[in-house]
Amino acid sequence: MDKHTIEVKNLSKSFNISAKEPGLKGTIKHFFKRQTKSLKVIKDISFKIKEGEIIGFLGANGAGKTTILKMLCGLIYPSEGSIIVSGYLPYRRKENFLKNISLIMGQKQQLIWDLPPIESFYLNASIYDLDKFEAKKRIKKLAEMLEIGEELFIPVRKLSLGQRMKSELLAALIHEPNILFLDEPTLGLDINAQRNLRKFLQKYNNETNATICLTSHYMKDITSLCKRVICVHNGSITYDGELDLLLKKLSPVKEILIVCSSEEDANQLENSGFNVKNKTKNEITIIIENNSITSSLKKILNNFDIVDLFINEPPIDEIIGKILIKKKL
Amino acid sequence: MKTKKYLKVYGKFLHTSLASELEYKTNILIDLFTAILSLIGSIFLLSIFFQNNGRIGGWEFEQALIIQGIYTILNGITNTWFNPNLTEIVKHIREGTLDFVLLKPIDSQFFISLKKLTPSGFLEIILGVFLLLYCIKINQINFNLSFLILSLTTIICSICILYSLWFFISSTTIWFVKTWNATEVLRSFLYIGRFPLNSFSFSLRIFFSIFIPIVFITTIPSEVFLGLSQLWKILLEVIVAMVFLFTSRKFWLFALRFYSSASS
Repeated sequence: MDKHTIEVKNLSKSFNISAKEPGLKGTIKHFFKRQTKSLKVIKDISFKIKEGEIIGFLGANGAGKTTILKMLCGLIYPSEGSIIVSGYLPYRRKENFLKNISLIMGQKQQLIWDLPPIESFYLNASIYDLDKFEAKKRIKKLAEMLEIGEELFIPVRKLSLGQRMKSELLAALIHEPNILFLDEPTLGLDINAQRNLRKFLQKYNNETNATICLTSHYMKDITSLCKRVICVHNGSITYDGELDLLLKKLSPVKEILIVCSSEEDANQLENSGFNVKNKTKNEITIIIENNSITSSLKKILNNFDIVDLFINEPPIDEIIGKILIKKKL
Repeated sequence: MKTKKYLKVYGKFLHTSLASELEYKTNILIDLFTAILSLIGSIFLLSIFFQNNGRIGGWEFEQALIIQGIYTILNGITNTWFNPNLTEIVKHIREGTLDFVLLKPIDSQFFISLKKLTPSGFLEIILGVFLLLYCIKINQINFNLSFLILSLTTIICSICILYSLWFFISSTTIWFVKTWNATEVLRSFLYIGRFPLNSFSFSLRIFFSIFIPIVFITTIPSEVFLGLSQLWKILLEVIVAMVFLFTSRKFWLFALRFYSSASS
């Protein structure tokens, strides 16, 4: 039986929020008589995460993904329910628990702004009780994995966003945590930097079997790293399972572009009972359900003279977009 | 083991802070110049007060200089440690970077109280010490071991009281988010500590002794210097310092339960 690193049961979180009416009148009213109300941002959620899993949390802005991550790493107290991470109650923030986890936030930084990243690494190493020799060894290893070198000796303020993010990762991983919480780690990075970061995370997971919980609005992060996703909508879990299954469920069809040898063949194919999306000369696009794709293709290849054929998945962003706004999946 | 770790981490704090500050040489020079001018200005102001009256609140100018010396040391400590770190708490909470502090296997109060340091404040501390040594000479104070122990004890207690008050106010940021003004008011009250307590009216004396214990911060150590302080006052200062330190610690731990972190 697989060991569960994270177990969450009936977890809820409420915040006291004060709302302000617009305009001067609203401002004065807000100043003298502030009306606060309790808002339940996480509603009775339960899930388990196995050791070594990479889980993606999906949801629109304000759905509650970051709040869940912050409760998992012990930053905020849950209002109801229980969380156990690596056998610890996270909000107690015990030393051994903290030595086992790391939180990386794409929009916040811990590196010392005026100094080269290497100084922050050694500071973190001393906080995590690492001697200089061990710290040096780990910095070298992680720097190789992240493909950074000279940047470690340049003041943080002079680094590009991509270089800074890599350095942030190194600072957060110097203690070799077994559980990583990543909150939009690729935010603002260019395509190459995003790809490199994903490559690194996959490698880190393969080498250390670390459990990774990830939130991101870049769908490529989720699709290339996570087999399993948890969809959050208004503080509730709407889906918890394999990403592939979810995609199939939300998009049960594929588009197939067929290039026939002649226009005549294309005309015959158009009239053979398939669901045709469009047709131009000898090219025809048909829509086929996922469960009949093999048999349909066999039939087409046997009966028509085909020059070329392209199977297109519906755009992933379009499918994920559906997830973000759906209450039930 | 823990002490060794904390000393090692503090060594790193010192190193990174000095390295960060040394990146901006002109700023350090301006700070050093400001510290010297500020002390000259304060002594000049004090001398104006004493120009017409030989004594204020029973204190002569030479004696009042002791309070100025202690104030300068405390102001130096404030500028070296309290100001760069404790004002940063507000920023940590507003911007959510306290998250990084709380997730480190180290005491959060230690981290946020000592991570930074402004080296120019050292000059004020040194100037304050020289001023006190000068006061010892002109006031013909008998410099012996008991004097040294008592004066150091009261000055350390003053530092603890000032730190606790400031840290307490900064901790309330967890609920109120913005408390810059409150720490500024505290600094203003510290300016009042440059004058002997007896120079204020009875009601103000009560206020500065009970509500904002400025009296403990500068006047009692000064009285120790002049051999005027009674033992009960010194004991009281030690107790007040311990209570303040303990309470600010407990309050911080309590406040953290309500930390909601900034939204991403």
